[in-house]
Amino acid sequence: MGDALGEGFIRRLFNRWTLFAAMAALVAVVLENNYYLSLLNFIGIHAILVVGLNLLMGYGGQISLGHAAFFGLGAYTSGILTASYGVNPWLALIAGLIVCGIAAFLIGVPALKLHGYYLAMATLGFGIIVYIVLNEALPWTGGPSGLSGIPSLSLGGLKLDTPWRLYFLIWLTVWAILLISANLVDSRTGRALRALHDSEAAARSLGVDTARLKLQVFIWSALYASLAGSLYAHTLNFVAPASFGFMFSIKLVTMVVLGGMASIWGSLLGAAVLTVLPELLAVFHDYETIVFGAILMVVMIFLPRGLVRGILDLRELRKYKREGVR
Amino acid sequence: MDIFAPLLQYLISGLTNGAIYALIALGFGIIYNATTIINFAQGEMVMLGAMAAISFYHLHPSLPLAFAAGMGVVTVVGVVFERLALRPVKDPSPITLIIITVGGAVFIKGAAMMLWGKDAYPLPPFTGNVPIYLGTATVLPQNLWVMGLTAALVLALEAFFRLTLAGKAMRACAYNNRAARLMGISAGRMVQLSFGLAAALGAGAGILIAPLTLGVYDMGLMLGLKGFSAAIIGGLGSLLGGVLGGLVLGVAESLATGFISSGYRDAVAFLLLLLVLFLRPQGLMGGGK
Amino acid sequence: MLLDLQGISLSFGGVQALDDVSLSVPSGAIKAVIGPNGAGKTTLFNLVSGFLQPQEGRIFFKGEEIQGQPAHVLAARGIGRTFQLVQLFDHMTVLENVMVGCHRRGRAGLLAGALRLPWTFPEEKDIRRWAWEALEFVGLTNRAHHFAAVLPLGLKRLLEIARALAAQPTILLLDEPASGLDAVETERLRDMILALRDQGITILLVEHDMSLTMDVAEEIAVLNYGRLIADGPPRAIQKHPEVIAAYLGTDWQA
Ligand SMILES: Nc1ncnc2c1ncn2[C@@H]1O[C@H](COP(=O)(O)OP(=O)(O)OP(=O)(O)O)[C@@H](O)[C@H]1O
Ligand SMILES: [Mg+2]
Repeated sequence: MGDALGEGFIRRLFNRWTLFAAMAALVAVVLENNYYLSLLNFIGIHAILVVGLNLLMGYGGQISLGHAAFFGLGAYTSGILTASYGVNPWLALIAGLIVCGIAAFLIGVPALKLHGYYLAMATLGFGIIVYIVLNEALPWTGGPSGLSGIPSLSLGGLKLDTPWRLYFLIWLTVWAILLISANLVDSRTGRALRALHDSEAAARSLGVDTARLKLQVFIWSALYASLAGSLYAHTLNFVAPASFGFMFSIKLVTMVVLGGMASIWGSLLGAAVLTVLPELLAVFHDYETIVFGAILMVVMIFLPRGLVRGILDLRELRKYKREGVR
Repeated sequence: MDIFAPLLQYLISGLTNGAIYALIALGFGIIYNATTIINFAQGEMVMLGAMAAISFYHLHPSLPLAFAAGMGVVTVVGVVFERLALRPVKDPSPITLIIITVGGAVFIKGAAMMLWGKDAYPLPPFTGNVPIYLGTATVLPQNLWVMGLTAALVLALEAFFRLTLAGKAMRACAYNNRAARLMGISAGRMVQLSFGLAAALGAGAGILIAPLTLGVYDMGLMLGLKGFSAAIIGGLGSLLGGVLGGLVLGVAESLATGFISSGYRDAVAFLLLLLVLFLRPQGLMGGGK
Repeated sequence: MLLDLQGISLSFGGVQALDDVSLSVPSGAIKAVIGPNGAGKTTLFNLVSGFLQPQEGRIFFKGEEIQGQPAHVLAARGIGRTFQLVQLFDHMTVLENVMVGCHRRGRAGLLAGALRLPWTFPEEKDIRRWAWEALEFVGLTNRAHHFAAVLPLGLKRLLEIARALAAQPTILLLDEPASGLDAVETERLRDMILALRDQGITILLVEHDMSLTMDVAEEIAVLNYGRLIADGPPRAIQKHPEVIAAYLGTDWQA
C-alpha cells in the first residue's frame, strides 16, 4: 500500500488540475470574441451551480427542485446591497452566502428529517415563494422588470467589467470549486456522503449521522448556488426574476442528469452542453421544455446514474468481466 | 358587519379552490398508498383534463360528453405514464423516481404547449353565469358545481374503497404492502389502478376549474403543487385528510388574498406546507406510519 | 452482561414480530439466535442496533439503557452489525467501503476535507491504514481497488464484516453471514468468528447453518413466532422438545 496517497496520487492530481488551468488560460489568450467569452462565462457560472447540485444529488442522493432560488437569492442579495445601498461587492457576496446558508438550513432541518420526497417538495415550494417575492417586493427588487445598475466587481483597483476580465475571475472560481469539490468527495465526509447514497442503513450502522450529513451537503450546495448568483449579478450588472424560475431549476437538474450523477467533470460537461445548445439552435427554445423532460425521463429510466456516469459504469463493469472477476 | 361581508365571499371562493385542491390531493394520496411514490406529474393531469375537455367541447359542444371524454383520455395517459416511465425503472430509489416524474411533468407540459400553444382557452360554465346572491356575497353556479361534484367524487371514491373488491385490495396494499402481496393481491395491477384513478381525479379537478380560470398549458405546476401541499397538510394517504387539507388550504389562500395582498396568494400554500413540515410532518389527520 | 434485553415486544400491523423476549449476551461470548423464517431474528437485530424501537421492554448495553437512541449513536458506542441482505456501498471501492467503517475514528469535517487542511493528512493516512488492516484480516487486500458491486457474494459478506470491524465494535451482530457461502468459505468464516472472539469482540450471530452455529456458539437462543422458546448451551438446545417441534420438517439435520 502507500501508493494511493503517496506521490502517485499527487502527481495525478497535479496533472489534471494544471492541465485544466492551462487550457482555460489558453482559451483566454486565443479567444478575442466577446460573444464566445461571454458564453464561456455563463458556462462557468452554470458549472458552479451544477457541481453544487451534483454534490447533493449525485453524491448525497437528495434532490433540490428549487436551486434557482438559491441562485436568485445570491444574485439579488448582491444586487440590492451594491446597487441600492452601495455596499462593497465582495461584502455583498458574503452576505449572499449567509442569506442562502440560513435559508437552506431553515428548509433543510424539517424536510431532511423526513422521507426523500419532502426535500424535493420543500425546495420546490421554496423556489416558488422566492420567485413570487422577487416579483412582488417592488421597492427592493424592482419587480418583474428587474434590478439594474449593479456595479462590476473590482480586484485591487481593476474593474472586472469586460468579458475577458470576467473570464479570468469566473474560471478561476470554477477551477477552485471543482478542486474543492473533488477534494470533498475524496475526504472522510465525502466518503460518508457517497456511502449514504448507496445504503443509508449501512452508513448509519457505521456511525454516520446521516441526517446531519444531508443537511450539511444541502447547505453546502446552496452556498455554491449563492456564489454563482453573485457572480452572475456582477457579470450582467442586471438581474430579473425570470432567470430564477422553476424552469431554471429543472434545467439545472437536467444538466446534472446529462453530465452524470456523482461526476464532478461530468457536471462541467452537462453545464456546457445545455448552455451552448440553446445558443446554437434558436429553435431549441420552443422545444426546450419537452426536450428537458425527455432527457430526464429517458436517462433516468435507462441509466439512473446519469448519462456520462452511466456509460462509465457500464464500461467499468465490462472491464471487470473481461478480467475474469467472478 | 363590515368585515363579515367579504369574509363570506372569501369563504365561497376559498372552498371552491379548496375542493379542487382536495381532488388533486387525493390523487397524490392514492398513488402514494399504492407505491410510496410522489407523482410530480399529477398536476399535469389536471392541466390535461382541462385542455382535453376544452378541445372535446370544441369538436362537439356537449359539456357532459366533454367531461367524460376528458377524464377518460387523461386516465389513459396516467396509466400509460406509469407503464412507460415508471414500470421499467430498475433502480427505484426516491431520487430516480422524483426525477422521472418531474421529467414526465415537464415533458407533458412541453407537449401541451406544442399541441395547444400558449393561449388560454375558455370552457363555458356548466349551467350559465347568473350569480346567486347570499346577502352581500355572490355565488356563481360553477362554484356550486365544483363543490357538489367534488363531494360526489369523494363519496364515490369512498364507496369504491369500502364496497368493491378492487378498492378493498387497494386499501390492504396501503395498510401492509408485504402482507397484501402474500395474500395474492397483484401489486402491479394495484399500481396501475392507482395511477388511473389519480389521473381521473386530477382531470376532473381540471375540468371543474376550467370555466372559472380558463385552461392554459402551464396551469398544472401550481395546481399540482397546491394539491400536494393539501395532501401533506391533511396527512398524505388519508382520504379525509386530503379533503380537509384541500379545504383548509383553499380558505387560507383566499383569506390571505383578501386581507394581505393578492400578489402573495400563491406563496400561502408553500408557507403552510413548510409550517406543517416543521410542526406536524404527519399532517392534520395522519397518525404517522 | 454486555447486552441485556428485557421483555421486548414489537408488532408490525397485525404481525407480532417479537413477543416479550428477554435475552442477555455475556461479554466476550459468542451467542447465536436461531429460529425458523420469520421468527423475528432480524427484527431483534434491528432493535438492538437502533434501527427500530421496541413498543415494550428495555434494552441495556454496558449497563446503560439504550432504547430510543438512533443507530449512528449506538454504532459509535460499540454496536456493529452486518445485514442479512448485504448492504455494501456498491459504487465505492472495497477499500473505500472499509474506510467508511473508520468514520467514527476520524474527525475531519466537510470544510476541512474540502480545503484539504494539513491536519487532515495524518488522519486520512491512519484511516487508510486501519482500513487496510481490516481488509487483511478478512483476506481481501487483493481486491482493495475493485468496486464493491463486482465482488462475488461470498467476498461481499467478508467485506461487510471487515467494514463493521473497522468501526471497532464491542459487540458485532452478524445476520446470516454464511448464507450464500460455499463450504470452504464457511470454514473460513468459522475461523474468523473464533478469531474475533479471541480478540475480545462479543458476537451475536443469526445463522441457519446449524453445523456452524453448533460449532462456534457458546449459547443459543431460539425464537419461534416472535417468542423465545429456549435459551442455553448448544447441547441442551439440541434436546429441547419445543425446539425440535419448531424445527420439525425443516433442515435441522443439514
Ligand atoms: N418492516 C416490516 N413491515 C412489516 N412486517 C415486517 C417488517 N419486518 C419484518 N416483518 C415481519 O416480522 C416477522 C419477523 O421478521 P424477521 O425479518 O425478523 O424474521 P427473521 O427471523 O429474520 O426471518 P428470516 O430467517 O427469514 O430472516 C415476519 O413475519 C416479517 O414478515
Ligand atoms: Mg432475518
